[in-house]
Amino acid sequence: MKKSNKKLTSNLITYGIVVVAFLLCQLAISGVIDGFSMSRSLKGQLIPICVYIVMAVSLNLTVGISGELSLGHAGFMSVGAFSGIVAAMWLSKGMGNENELLCLVLAIIVGGICAGIAGVIIGIPVLRLRGDYLAIVTLAFGEIIRNVLNCLYISLDGSSLHLAFNNPNIPGKLLVNGPAGATGVSKFSTFGMGFVLVLFTLFVVLNLINSRSGRAIMAIRDSRIAAESVGINITKYKMMAFVTSAVLAGMAGALYGLNFSTVTASKFKFDTSILVLVFVVLGGIGNIRGSIIAATLLTVLPELLRAFSTYRMLIYAIVLILVMLATNNPTLRSAVDRIVPRLRKSAARKESDQA
Amino acid sequence: MKKFLVAALALVLVMTACAASAEGAIKIGVIGPMTGPAADYGVSVANGATIAAEEINAKGGIQIELNIQDDEHDPEKSVNAYNNLWDWGAQMIDGTVTTSPCIAVGAEAYNDRMFMLTPSASSTDVIADKDNVYQVCFTDPAQGAASAQYIFDHSLATKVAVIYNNADAYSTGIYQTFDAKAKELGLEIVAVSTFTDDTTDFSVQVTAVKEAGAELVFLPIYYTPASMILQQAKSMEFAPIFFGVDGMDGILSIEGFDTSLAEGVMLLTPFSADAQDELTVNFVAKYTETYGTVPSQFAADSYDAIYALAAACEAAGITADTSAEDACEALIAAFQELEITGLTGTMSWSSTGEVTKTPTAVVIKDGVYVGAE
Repeated sequence: MKKSNKKLTSNLITYGIVVVAFLLCQLAISGVIDGFSMSRSLKGQLIPICVYIVMAVSLNLTVGISGELSLGHAGFMSVGAFSGIVAAMWLSKGMGNENELLCLVLAIIVGGICAGIAGVIIGIPVLRLRGDYLAIVTLAFGEIIRNVLNCLYISLDGSSLHLAFNNPNIPGKLLVNGPAGATGVSKFSTFGMGFVLVLFTLFVVLNLINSRSGRAIMAIRDSRIAAESVGINITKYKMMAFVTSAVLAGMAGALYGLNFSTVTASKFKFDTSILVLVFVVLGGIGNIRGSIIAATLLTVLPELLRAFSTYRMLIYAIVLILVMLATNNPTLRSAVDRIVPRLRKSAARKESDQA
Repeated sequence: MKKFLVAALALVLVMTACAASAEGAIKIGVIGPMTGPAADYGVSVANGATIAAEEINAKGGIQIELNIQDDEHDPEKSVNAYNNLWDWGAQMIDGTVTTSPCIAVGAEAYNDRMFMLTPSASSTDVIADKDNVYQVCFTDPAQGAASAQYIFDHSLATKVAVIYNNADAYSTGIYQTFDAKAKELGLEIVAVSTFTDDTTDFSVQVTAVKEAGAELVFLPIYYTPASMILQQAKSMEFAPIFFGVDGMDGILSIEGFDTSLAEGVMLLTPFSADAQDELTVNFVAKYTETYGTVPSQFAADSYDAIYALAAACEAAGITADTSAEDACEALIAAFQELEITGLTGTMSWSSTGEVTKTPTAVVIKDGVYVGAE
């Protein structure tokens, strides 16, 4: 009883943070209160922030909950981005649908499905491996996806789609033009949709963690042999976590792709995978709320450092190192514990009361 | 820790002091990759723009204030940089330097009505469907088609081979139009060979074009792989005419590159640092003195872009108080009428934003560029 209550409170706090942040942003955008408004620079980053939150939370499912180090998360994002763009452009230009929201929702669903299919295809061979081997193979798969996208040409001719490899001479208007990527994309993404997607991701991931399947996944992470001995189907549960994570990444990718008028495959190099992994590690592996906060801060940080001009990325790296050191420093941790002992004590008392 | 904080604070103060705006100056934002793999181009553009702005400011008359922002050659970061410049109060943009960021920023600028003049983003997608985005450089199709036309007109060869980078939008774009134009003109393309960004050994590609009996090899690629191809060809005793485009510019300044390998290489380029006209000589001298390197085509394009913007501002009567929206409409009108002679030739613009200027073919002789006949 006590345990489930605590989890519920913790989950509600996570949802609460997201909702409050969203409302504050909306308030700042509307500029109703004097002196409380948002710069154009920050406003432009709201959708990328939502995307990176979804990416970080979904990767945390693989890395933190399932315990498999994946370095190919950007690959799923790119599959979602490109398939989402094609779906949205087909619906809006090919079918003449003018409802932008419908196009966006279709794009996100298609992006999720395509990335999920890629997740299954990649997951079957990859999840036989463990640890470092798995990390390297996911990295390789991420690169394969990127290179395939570099050779992919998709065009829209009336309401039919044409697809070709290494051959741009296909009828109709090119939607995806090989290495030049997708160009002339309509900007359908909205901050509201980003917020809904973040909530959806949280809903899926938090519910999965606290379900029977989630417990099985974590059991496999903690001891594969013990889990196997009590009859847990290892492959099934690993695939469940991996594919769910891929689907969510694909949805984030679709939202990302439709936020810019152009997307190239080179954006989804393994740098992006590493970036998302940094969000996860900084926020705490397995800590969903931490991923959200880390993704937000680290997306905004480089923009806040623009005043440093060319030294910007150097300072960004230094800040990253300092934060990593600080969060892992036992002295600092005990200092924090000394500052907020009362909070912890009262929480502990409440727990013991409930027990 | 304390020291670090003090140092960081001091740095912030210095930065803000630098950014303090000059009174009555027209605010031009510059966006380009100052860091990352394409940094070379971004830095060249920033340097070229800085020199042009200093010269214009020194003349009196129109005053220009530049704000240079990094985009890491990433559309997402480029849009961030653009938003940042919008907050700063930019009235027009010199940028962005590379193609895909330029497309992303162009869409934002189109919605905001902010005038953009890109020095070097050469894809047609950059200017497609946008009346407020103009180019200083040739478009990729123009380069590919012009190259095919030049080869045909001067009867350089009948059997042509192409080696291009099929993981690069610039290279693929030029190849596609070259291919189409060559077919139209009846040039025989005997071999097409491709490579990607990671390729360091070109023996396969060079062997393929050699065995096909090519008399001329068209290289719509950047200078680094081009230098390796030349080296490979030399070691295989394969000596056709090598024909490049503006990305080949800079091949002579690669450190450790034996310039005799490039003997006889032809390229179409709007700018060569060895030209003897007064404008180029002055610019190259100033650039070399300030930055310690020979300016590339990117620097020259950017230099011309700032001059073109200044001239158009003067013609349209734009001042520091003009809003970005008003400036945009005025500049669009002014650019139709504008004709300006810069480092990269005499330029005028069509209403689509495409530039008209004559590409000049140069040939490398004794380690320097010489105008080809």
